[in-house]
Amino acid sequence: MSMVTNSLLLQAVIDPQGPIAFWPWLAFTGVKLLVFFTIYMLGVAYLTLAERKISAWIQHRHGPNRVGPNGFFQPLADGVKNFLKEETLPPYVNKAMFILAPMMAFIPALTIWCVIPWGASWASPWGRVDMVLADLPIGFLFTIAVASLGVYGIVLAGWASNNKYALLGGLRSSAQMVSYEISMGMALIPVLLFAGNVTLRSIVDQQAQMHLWNVLTLSIAFLVYLISAFAETNRLPFDLPEAESELITGYHTEYSAMKFSLFFIAEYANMATQSAMIATLFFGGWDIPFMTADNTGAVSFPLVLLSMAIMMAKTLFFLFFYIWIRWTLPRFRYDQLMSLGWKVLLPLALAYIVIVATLMLVLDAAGIDRGLVYGLIFLGVNAVLLGLFFVFLDRGKIVSPANAPLHAEELKRLRGITASRARLSALSGD
Amino acid sequence: MAINVKVVERPIEETSYVRATLKGMANTLKHLVGGHRVTTQYPEQRESISRRWRGTHRMLTTEDGKAKCVACGLCPTVCPANCIKLVPGEDEQGNRYPLVFDIDEFRCIFCGYCQEVCPEEAIHLGRHYENAEFNREGFIYDLERLMAQTHPVTEMWDPADPKGE
Ligand code: SF4
Ligand code: SF4
Repeated sequence: MSMVTNSLLLQAVIDPQGPIAFWPWLAFTGVKLLVFFTIYMLGVAYLTLAERKISAWIQHRHGPNRVGPNGFFQPLADGVKNFLKEETLPPYVNKAMFILAPMMAFIPALTIWCVIPWGASWASPWGRVDMVLADLPIGFLFTIAVASLGVYGIVLAGWASNNKYALLGGLRSSAQMVSYEISMGMALIPVLLFAGNVTLRSIVDQQAQMHLWNVLTLSIAFLVYLISAFAETNRLPFDLPEAESELITGYHTEYSAMKFSLFFIAEYANMATQSAMIATLFFGGWDIPFMTADNTGAVSFPLVLLSMAIMMAKTLFFLFFYIWIRWTLPRFRYDQLMSLGWKVLLPLALAYIVIVATLMLVLDAAGIDRGLVYGLIFLGVNAVLLGLFFVFLDRGKIVSPANAPLHAEELKRLRGITASRARLSALSGD
Repeated sequence: MAINVKVVERPIEETSYVRATLKGMANTLKHLVGGHRVTTQYPEQRESISRRWRGTHRMLTTEDGKAKCVACGLCPTVCPANCIKLVPGEDEQGNRYPLVFDIDEFRCIFCGYCQEVCPEEAIHLGRHYENAEFNREGFIYDLERLMAQTHPVTEMWDPADPKGE
């Protein structure tokens, strides 16, 4: 009895905006863990269905429609199938690494999900509850670090399989991921400059404060990040590690049943994570558009739910975008992939950092505070930069064509060399 | 001798990757929302098959339920796949009838010669394509099975009516 009155008394003095005590925190974290990961795993399962359905619709088919109403239980059937299938372990593989690899691909994808803020904080009767599993002070540095761990799973899978196709897939994957990770990190630096902090929460707050999403103020960074995200998740047009037509699905050639399924889940989990990251970093995260009530620290529960719905909608849109692109673009050639990463995206990202940093220095010196005007100036600059991007870069330079363009002078020079060689050999008489 | 490389100055519409991508995305989106589906939902819907479709055989019967076949031996002779096994028999009235009449549907190439050659219009190919079996032996159709089949029979190509009108 006294316990109850005690807690009631306590409740009266707790500030809903203030930090939460340990036990309620633990309870809430448990609940959040359950809810977020249930949604995540179900989402990943249904993402496979979504991909099959959308691809079918684009190709004028019906897609899976036999299990449950309109194929709704297809992911369950797939799951059961994968559990019941035979686990093959080829005799020539490196057993320990072969078994470890799918886990190494799967766990990083899962881990990043913890740091993504899903909604405004809730002013609960026990104190402030953040809608994020772990509000890490190192924020997106953690996501970059962990996302890059995913490549180990793929490389190990390729290596441990002891199969030339698998090894090629693994090698391609490592080269691809390492090169695109750099552009990805560089694309995040303008965001970091804006927010002045690496926590994802402060990035969302900064966008709310500026009344403009980062996609408008930092468009080039967004483009670079988007393309790198495609490469990081091994999705078409950058699915060279799998490349069914030339590598018989690359690194997971030797895998079967649930181990294969883990790679599959990891790919979709990565997609979901990257979509949520794009939504957070460039599309305002959980911030409710045209509303300031949600930016005042902790808010009431309906508002929290609304902000979570907004974040979910943005994430779903990017998931759809991933699938949409997959069924639109053909796979890149390997040299195109590398030249895009190193010769276009990286210099672009670096130049953009310089431009953004300079502009920020100038604007800060001019005494413009970081509000709407600040954002609009950046918007204008971006419009100009995007114009330049399309006028200069998008002239056969982004993707090198199969017949590399040869300029007339270059051709003349080459012909001159051939001609003088012919003369020389005629003179020397052989 | 230098190789002559023709250098084509391509117009911007052809060299721009972004434009091509956007165009492609618009195209796929158009098909996505178009709602036009072409798949036949097989067990519920079926494609109609041609009247000259050549599927698994049928042996037609007389009114009193006997096979029309008179064991003349023409069809095993003409069969290019050599898949008809015929053992003729003769009853008290001197009528010939098949003692054994097996067709191996796995060896059959569904050429339709047997139907073409049969003087009694006894053996026919059928307009039928659902032939799953659990083992290979199931595909050797004996006389009883050939007579029990009920699917419509194939119409042979008629030179007087080449388009089947
Ligand atoms: S259809 Fe042709 S191959 Fe088949 S049984 Fe008749 S004659 Fe032989
Ligand atoms: S051709 Fe006709 S009648 Fe002659 S054996 Fe064959 S099925 Fe019987």
